[in-house]
Amino acid sequence: MRANILFILSCLFFANNALATPKIQHWQAPSGAQVYFVEDHDLPMLDVAVTFRAGNSFDDEAKFGVAMMAGGMLDAGVEGLSEDEIGLKLADIGAQKGGQFDADRAGMSIRTLSNKTERDVALSILAKILQQPLFPEAVLMREKVRMIAALKEAETKPESIAAKAFGKAVFGEHPYGRTLEVADVEKIQRADLVSFYQRNYGAKAAVVALMGDITRAEAEMIAQQLTANLPASSASRLAKLVKMHIDASEQRISHPATQSHILIGAPGIARNDPDYFPLYVGNYILGGGGFVSRLMSEIREKRGMAYSVYSYFMPMQQPGAFQLGLQTKKEQASEALKVTRATLREFVEKGVTEKELKAAKDNLIGGFSLRIDSNKKILDYLSVIGFYNLPLTYLDDFSGKIDKVTVVQISDAFKRRVHPDAMATIVVGAPEAKAGQ
Amino acid sequence: MRTGLWSGVAGVLLFGLVSANAAVFEKTLSNGLKVIVKEDHRAPVLVQQIWYRAGSMDERTGTTGVAHVLEHMMFKGTKAVPMGEFSKRIAAAGGRENAFTSYDYTAYFQQLHKSKLPLAMQLESDRMSNLNLKAEEFGKEIKVVMEERRMRTDDEPHALMYEKLMAAAYQEHPYQHPIIGWMNDLEAMTATDAQEWYKTWYTPNNAVLVVAGDVQAKEVFKLAEKNYGKIKARPLPVRKNFTEQPQVGIKRITIKAPAELPHLVMSYHTPTLRDAAKDSLPYALEVLAGILDGNESARLNKALVREQQIASDIGAGYDSTARGPSMFTIEGTPSEGKTVADLEMAIRQQLMKIIQDGVSAEELQRIKAQVTANEVYKLDSVFYQAMQIGQMESIGLGHQAIPIMLKKLQEVTGQQVQDAAREIFKDENLTIATLDPQPLSGKSKKAGVTAHAR
Repeated sequence: MRANILFILSCLFFANNALATPKIQHWQAPSGAQVYFVEDHDLPMLDVAVTFRAGNSFDDEAKFGVAMMAGGMLDAGVEGLSEDEIGLKLADIGAQKGGQFDADRAGMSIRTLSNKTERDVALSILAKILQQPLFPEAVLMREKVRMIAALKEAETKPESIAAKAFGKAVFGEHPYGRTLEVADVEKIQRADLVSFYQRNYGAKAAVVALMGDITRAEAEMIAQQLTANLPASSASRLAKLVKMHIDASEQRISHPATQSHILIGAPGIARNDPDYFPLYVGNYILGGGGFVSRLMSEIREKRGMAYSVYSYFMPMQQPGAFQLGLQTKKEQASEALKVTRATLREFVEKGVTEKELKAAKDNLIGGFSLRIDSNKKILDYLSVIGFYNLPLTYLDDFSGKIDKVTVVQISDAFKRRVHPDAMATIVVGAPEAKAGQ
Repeated sequence: MRTGLWSGVAGVLLFGLVSANAAVFEKTLSNGLKVIVKEDHRAPVLVQQIWYRAGSMDERTGTTGVAHVLEHMMFKGTKAVPMGEFSKRIAAAGGRENAFTSYDYTAYFQQLHKSKLPLAMQLESDRMSNLNLKAEEFGKEIKVVMEERRMRTDDEPHALMYEKLMAAAYQEHPYQHPIIGWMNDLEAMTATDAQEWYKTWYTPNNAVLVVAGDVQAKEVFKLAEKNYGKIKARPLPVRKNFTEQPQVGIKRITIKAPAELPHLVMSYHTPTLRDAAKDSLPYALEVLAGILDGNESARLNKALVREQQIASDIGAGYDSTARGPSMFTIEGTPSEGKTVADLEMAIRQQLMKIIQDGVSAEELQRIKAQVTANEVYKLDSVFYQAMQIGQMESIGLGHQAIPIMLKKLQEVTGQQVQDAAREIFKDENLTIATLDPQPLSGKSKKAGVTAHAR
């Protein structure tokens, strides 16, 4: 009798769960592109994102910056439409265009009303942007000048100076840590963009994510329309490997700002890392969990030393950074650095308590519905699942994976993967600083 | 049975229409707390927002920033919910929470699974009247706020420009003071100042509660009554009626700060909506902002960045909704080799073009199409829908104004836009701020740095 009731309860539980996560449909388009689709007719709108393995880790070492410029100039003019006409035609139907670029991915997205008139225009423009970009010489010249101005401006900002030094200290020559320089931009030629596009924007490396008010049959046609005429390139080459071990280092860079910007970190984890969930839950407790993390408590609540203090793992194709950061007034930068390091060290050495783990799980599992409460958020998950080849059940499995994490797993994973004695520290705006060591 | 039938019919209607402003319910409790519910059953989540009609514009000189400081202190505990517990309980319920302070209001919110409204209401209503404001905690938190000021304003040249511009543009209206407060006022502020503020403004008759998401309005009203209904109303001070007398000539200020590129901000005084149904100028100004900068191919970007290449960045904006007046602002960064004077002249030419030649029917239609589409896109965010309601209530227009405003925007004519430009873009209305970039002394001069490309 008891067993029976339990059985029914667990059925209900699973039925509920199945309802709670969106049903993801996946197929390969005739073009070779991977397609991820959630059909949802609640709102008369459609979101589409197409991403490629074309982030800046796919740049040639001698031509760094080409990937970013190519991604940014996809919509700078296409067969039959100037950049102005693209902008106006999309605005005429109230469509919104977006771009995406990081070290791994490059892509374009569009949000449009799903009504056929608007949708057809929006998708035909997106299809041209993806498949017939012209990379006009005149636009390239202008964009180079603008990018160089932005780089020079960034060079004066403490947060940018810190991020640049941090990238170099953590990743060395690996593109994950490389920052664009004026000299890189000056070198970019139109031919570089064309050849990068031909090499990296092939259909086989494309991930098409669709979310919203269309049918499966329509989604199939759209996915093919957006990718059938992509360049016939083979899959892009593998990026260089991240060197996991770094030596401890500390750089103090002077800056007239009133606050010091402090960054501490090392190479962290990749998307497919088996320690992903223990480290993710552990980091929630250390510095990821908003107002309730240990770093927040030690630095902000107890000592009033900073407005913002955090830690995170940036999971990428290859191990992205594990990073701690805060800003505090110069005079107390050394003290804040000491407290931050001590908090990290204690966390790695002693691990977390059962109570902390329960609180973390309660938040991550209890808050799961907030992760997928809009078309926009679901679209982003579709892109990530597709790009990083995560299981289609990623969202269904999420809560279960969090729930299985133990205190011992967190402690074990942090001890193996996070080494406070082998990290880079950057302090920009340090009072005792010598210029650019 | 009846319920079943009704929901069936409503479902059919919604499928056909997706009526953007469907299902907003409203009720005022006997203590004056206004409760507004926006049902949205797409996902099993909800947001609770409480809006207090007290922002930095209600502050006095000497204690600028106190509205925002109190916002921080609201997380520091009550007798029933000790220090740190508020955030812990919301986090344990899977929630996300925060708060924000503006010139016009202060608001607090929690986003949660739909089953957690009782908890959110219990916590939020408790701190409406039971805040335990201790000097010791104040002493630590005021330091956090000073760090926030350093981070957001003192070390951010463009934010600093904006602060100084507001201080120059407004000579009477309290918008002249920054929301975060002047540093000297923060240094001198005491727990008593925060307590005073709390006692003056945090009362149900000065608040609006907005709940949006997968909820039933009836249930929300019941819960609101249970949690907030027992809090006693207190009389509110008489609000001063602030004005800003017409400016009598152009104002120019220069800000020196560590930066590479100069920057230019031009702000023209404008009115805001007072009567959503009768006013017309604010709508024309909204459309005007769209024509200048509503999309990447709009006039300013097309002419100044793409064609003339005088600017490396350009933008324009106007907000028609505020308790006080507003400004129509155009800002940009000159291209290398160009000066802020070149940029100012180029901007003025664009404004003059509209004054002289008006706008095209295509431009007008384009802005209206964008407004219509955005109304649909807005439904993808429960948080934003609640936010819009709270804002409209807090500034005194009421959420009923939202559909009226949409209708009025669609009715704006090209003539009205041209007239609005002529009326607003006058030198005696204008404040210009210029960033004069200063070198980073002692800085090693190496080429190139940017935000990480990830």
